[in-house]
Amino acid sequence: MTLTLDPTSSNRRRHAGSLGWHLGALAVLAVVLYPVVWVLGGSFKPGNEIIGSLDLLPTDPIVANYTRLTEGIAGIPISTFFVNSTILAVGSVGGVVISCSLAAYAFTRIRFAGRNLLFTLMIGTLLLPYHVLMIPQYVLFQKLELINTMVPLLLGKYLAVDAFFVFLMVQFMRALPKELDEAARLDGCGHLRIYWSIVLPLCRPALITSAIFTFINAWNDFMGPLLYLNEPEKYTVSLGLKMFVDQDAVADYGGMIAMSLVALLPVLAFFLAFQRYLIDGMATSGLKG
Amino acid sequence: MGRTVTHTGHAPPPAPPAPSPRPVPGGAARNAPPNCAQQPRENLAGYLFMSPWIAGFLLLTAGPMAASLYFAFTDYNLFDAPRWIGLQNFSDMFADPRWQKSVEVTVKYVVIGTPLKLAAALGVALLLAQSRRGQAFYRAAFYAPSLIGASVSVAVVWRALFTDDAVVDRTQQLFGMDAGGWVGDPDMILYALVALTVWQFGAPMVIFLAGLKQVPRELYEAAEMDGAGPWRRFWNITLPMISPVLFFNVLLETIHSFQIFGSAYILGGQGNPCGPADATLVYTCYLYQQGFENSRMGFASAMAWMLLIAVGLVTAVLFWSQKRWVHYEENAR
Repeated sequence: MTLTLDPTSSNRRRHAGSLGWHLGALAVLAVVLYPVVWVLGGSFKPGNEIIGSLDLLPTDPIVANYTRLTEGIAGIPISTFFVNSTILAVGSVGGVVISCSLAAYAFTRIRFAGRNLLFTLMIGTLLLPYHVLMIPQYVLFQKLELINTMVPLLLGKYLAVDAFFVFLMVQFMRALPKELDEAARLDGCGHLRIYWSIVLPLCRPALITSAIFTFINAWNDFMGPLLYLNEPEKYTVSLGLKMFVDQDAVADYGGMIAMSLVALLPVLAFFLAFQRYLIDGMATSGLKG
Repeated sequence: MGRTVTHTGHAPPPAPPAPSPRPVPGGAARNAPPNCAQQPRENLAGYLFMSPWIAGFLLLTAGPMAASLYFAFTDYNLFDAPRWIGLQNFSDMFADPRWQKSVEVTVKYVVIGTPLKLAAALGVALLLAQSRRGQAFYRAAFYAPSLIGASVSVAVVWRALFTDDAVVDRTQQLFGMDAGGWVGDPDMILYALVALTVWQFGAPMVIFLAGLKQVPRELYEAAEMDGAGPWRRFWNITLPMISPVLFFNVLLETIHSFQIFGSAYILGGQGNPCGPADATLVYTCYLYQQGFENSRMGFASAMAWMLLIAVGLVTAVLFWSQKRWVHYEENAR
């Protein structure tokens, strides 16, 4: 039991307090989730009733907003955007899991000259605003004629540029007992073998946390695709939605809201399936270190 | 920092710099340091494992930083070679009313939004820490907005909520205030953006909650025996005990806020001007417009370096100030 403000001893007080506590928590929750419920209800209302109505639920639910999405956006089926986003997100996950765990292994298990210096540099990049790198990176990829491909969006993932995940894995690997890999070492295993057969399997929770965050970040990413993708056929879901809003200046709120929800579905699905990993990963990031 | 982490901003960059990895803790004889014959092999293995990171650091971080510093002193439109113009970009920038506006908007956003978000996070964390029953459920439910909040979807929905005659406006009308919606009002739209930020209080809340769990209960019991009320216990026990976590959240949320882009860009209607009378012209929005819409790469690089300096200064001030208010336990565990 953790009681921070008001530890009470009597059972009756505790019972009453618990009811009050739930009421308080639910009240906050109602405010926080209001937009979500509103948009969910709104997506089943006719377009002209969405904006002005305070009713959360539609009086006459319709699905026209969703069926309208099958027409696509600007002649492009929305499945195209989903395929593009999936390629980007899955590709990012593969890159982050491999490259960041290699770096984390080296930081925690190999004593090479210059390790502390590289570690300090890695920590330094954590707080660096991306905007300082944005323009030269764009120039670089433009010179390499890689604009309008996924390469600029993916390359960094394979080169462990996401220092946050290296750090997360370093924290996790440090806590693993060294006896295991030292025993393997005595048996003649090299680093590659220890990394692959011992450390990686033991790191599963950290790898899963990193993978999910990477997926969600890549899925939600807006600025990267905005900079690098300029043909609608290559757009990700974020850009597809932006284009929808753009072209629809007269405001087809029904379609817009339905599309917004559909765009979030994979993120919400991942959240529901893996929320434990996400929240525990978050919680520890602030404590250790 | 990782690109997506930076601008979608929910995965939190972690704690203040950790101590570098320690050598294997002593003990059994087999933990003896590798002898001289092994060291070159260890070095080779180390650099092989580090090679992706090193390549990434040189190609995508260190190299671009140097290039960006150079561009900041040039006139560069991406097609002709950069032309050295000294401090011209910086003097143009300081004299540019839209640049000044973007600084004003960003500072206002950071100064109003960050404390409100952290206050909401701490308040709800204190509430949730009171009881364990149902805590996991509430924690997950409050956390969800942080995960989706930076997406285009939510910005689109936010625009719909705060537009003229929409939900927020109608609610205001119930109380006799017809404000005409926040999205079209240059004085109010920034507060819609602030509300969107505060809505994502779940991420710092989870970190606060983890910190609150580590406060030893005996402290509260002792304080209660001494007759300290809830308020005194909060000020004299809870706050000092969680000050490292508070520091971490303040640092990260502040740095993040400076870099807000997508939400402001979509909420402001993606146009130029950004929002009514440039009211959502956050710094990165103007940087993007100058660099990629006006092809002023040199000017935009100068802007980026000003941002880096500002973020660096804020970080330095926060680290300096922590001596005064952050209490690290002397003999931690």
